[in-house]
Amino acid sequence: MATVDGRNKCTGKLKFILSYTINKQILFQGMSVPRTLRAGKLNEKILQLFIATGKDEVLSFIRELNIHPVITPVLPTQMAQFSVKDEDVDIVIGAVQSDLTSFMNAWKPIISRFHLIIVKDPDLKEDLKVPEGFDVNIYTKADMDQVAGSALTSQLFSGFSCRYFGYLISKKKYVISIDDDCLPAKDDKGFQVDAVAQHLFNLAAPATPLFFNTLYDPYRKGADFVRGYPFSMREGVTCALSCGLWLNLADLDAPTQALKPEQRNSRYVDAVLTIPAKALMPMSGINIGFNREVLGPALFPGLKLAGEGKFRWETMEDVFGGMCAKVICDHLKIGVKTGLPYVWRQERGDAVQSLKKEWEGVKLMEEVIPFFQNVKLPVEAVTAEDCLVEISKQIKEKLGPLNDVFGQAADAMIQWVNLWRKAGSSSS
Amino acid sequence: MAGAIVSPTPLLKDELDIVIPTIRNLDFLEMWRPFFQPYHLIIVQDGDPSKTIKVPEGFDYELYNRNDINRILGPKASCISFKDSACRCFGYMVSKKKYIYTIDDDCFVAKDPSGKDINALEQHIKNLLSPSTPFFFNTLYDPYTPGADFVRGYPFSLREGVPTAVSHGLWLNIPDYDAPTQLVKPLERNTRYVDAVMTIPKGTLFPMCGMNLAFDRELIGPAMYFGLMGDGQPIGRYDDMWAGWCTKVICDHLGLGVKTGLPYIYHSKASNPFVNLKKEYNGIFWQEECIPFFQNVTLPKDSTTVQKCYLELANQVRDKLGKVDGYFVKLADAMVTWIEAWEELNSPPSAAIPNGKAN
Repeated sequence: MATVDGRNKCTGKLKFILSYTINKQILFQGMSVPRTLRAGKLNEKILQLFIATGKDEVLSFIRELNIHPVITPVLPTQMAQFSVKDEDVDIVIGAVQSDLTSFMNAWKPIISRFHLIIVKDPDLKEDLKVPEGFDVNIYTKADMDQVAGSALTSQLFSGFSCRYFGYLISKKKYVISIDDDCLPAKDDKGFQVDAVAQHLFNLAAPATPLFFNTLYDPYRKGADFVRGYPFSMREGVTCALSCGLWLNLADLDAPTQALKPEQRNSRYVDAVLTIPAKALMPMSGINIGFNREVLGPALFPGLKLAGEGKFRWETMEDVFGGMCAKVICDHLKIGVKTGLPYVWRQERGDAVQSLKKEWEGVKLMEEVIPFFQNVKLPVEAVTAEDCLVEISKQIKEKLGPLNDVFGQAADAMIQWVNLWRKAGSSSS
Repeated sequence: MAGAIVSPTPLLKDELDIVIPTIRNLDFLEMWRPFFQPYHLIIVQDGDPSKTIKVPEGFDYELYNRNDINRILGPKASCISFKDSACRCFGYMVSKKKYIYTIDDDCFVAKDPSGKDINALEQHIKNLLSPSTPFFFNTLYDPYTPGADFVRGYPFSLREGVPTAVSHGLWLNIPDYDAPTQLVKPLERNTRYVDAVMTIPKGTLFPMCGMNLAFDRELIGPAMYFGLMGDGQPIGRYDDMWAGWCTKVICDHLGLGVKTGLPYIYHSKASNPFVNLKKEYNGIFWQEECIPFFQNVTLPKDSTTVQKCYLELANQVRDKLGKVDGYFVKLADAMVTWIEAWEELNSPPSAAIPNGKAN
């Protein structure tokens, strides 16, 4: 495409419509009959035709209007600084246990400079114990009831899902969320990992879902796009979601952990990578960061298992929500990253006990895969909100008949979007 | 469920050939001796056929120079590149083994973070012998590695995985950058050891580097044509890229897996970025057309073998990329020639065929 604005040569897709009515003799010398060409867009091919005439009037016309072909630059990766301001960040902790003292003290050097939102599981009876020295707002059942009503609170925000209330009322651009049984990890060189800083770096740097980079995150220091990576894709897209991993107790399902009770994750994989477009993955909610402005309500409390409990082995809400979020990100052409940072996940619960109690989640996953692999979102859905409403319709229609849990999830999603809209319109 | 027992990796010494393209010498083999000596080598000598390539003592090998290639393939030799490491695919064609490992002659044994020498071949074999998981991404990477597993939420019906056709290894020290990046960052070295193998999801393309690559020749061999590059061609340094795009599309169609990650080798030689730029120049622009082509290509349901898929691909290359440049028409023809040559040299009924003799 040609552009009139010479400065804007390298970026953007300015469409310039030039109506041209030209005596055809200028273009094809030797043809005797003058013809009028219909007006159309001035694209590169037409521009070359004009220039090829060599006619002074045409050339000076082009010069006067300062028309240039747009060149896609072949540039090496921009090594700009990817940084995020502290005041753009909220750290949301869902308190499923009441005494947060050791958790928060362990994280203090990393999180004390940020604003914290702690949301207490509405089913938790004991009072929360939170140490001094943090900039924190605490929300309990009373606050949730006020915003959502007590019926909706218990439907949407119990157990691990209490943190979604934090996502709802946060006003910041970025949210980091870590389960309250996770501590800072050490990397392969023995240094403590600043999980928050890593999530923020992941979110600030672009994601690259359109083509796989074999050296993983090209924006990290010491890495780049490899030979064969198309230049037109090297700008990347906005990263909406950063999914971290876990050392010690990995996020395995109950059957797997029960079969290998001694297995602990000790492998520190020093990589961040973008999950390619169209690929699905199970998103664990244990250690994530996301761009709230862009992802909006796409992370939601929806899928509640009949026997859902207070251990991750007994939930599937984050995995289900994560699949929706990935589909939405693919549709909106924004990115999801996985890999660093690691957190150290403490021993808690008993896989065998959870397994005895709850098989449902594992079975449900089988039913949803074909749905998510084939879901299509309409072109008109241009925000995460639009997409979520559309997905919930399709879930109700296609998965609802398979299991009540899905119909309920679809309803919950709509309730959630309504709450989101209400909270959004009342924000300062 | 991923197995808990860690059995030793089989050597596969009678089932794997190591294909090495070279133009200078094979001194690098000395460093690889502890790992390569049990295997049969196929050396493809590029460049001047009158030059003698010295192979270190003790290796069992067959060597082919340009004269041999012309003699064996006759007129079909036109599909094998000259003056470019793309000629290595001739080695894939003449091999009689199930697996191929190909490595460049400036790649040496790397060390892992504990300082131990990495047996790259052993890791490739592990990758090829264990399944891939292209239909759903496992966030803990390769679930079949000891110590790892499928994460919560990974559907059980997908945990058996599919056969692995390709194992793509990486490089420490000189990274595989293109010329523009090399020009801007001549001193950058890859020092990050990422301890992971992962399956590239179905539907995702990737830049396949031929420096440290292993594949199952029986599953995907005919797709590993490294194109027309080098002497007399308008493009170079895109041989492996081309093979990678074709291979990935066909693997996706046939339900086969492609892995990337470990093992690392130590890449020692930084090629001249100005020379590279001249070779890659057309490729940099053409890849912008090629990528959408490969991302959107569909193969018909009745293309059930690699050869059929590849011939179908060649037609589509001729039709759609032929418009970009006449080179792609030539390339499409060469792709067909390659399959014809492959069929000739690899026609089915054969008793165990011994290795070729060293020249």
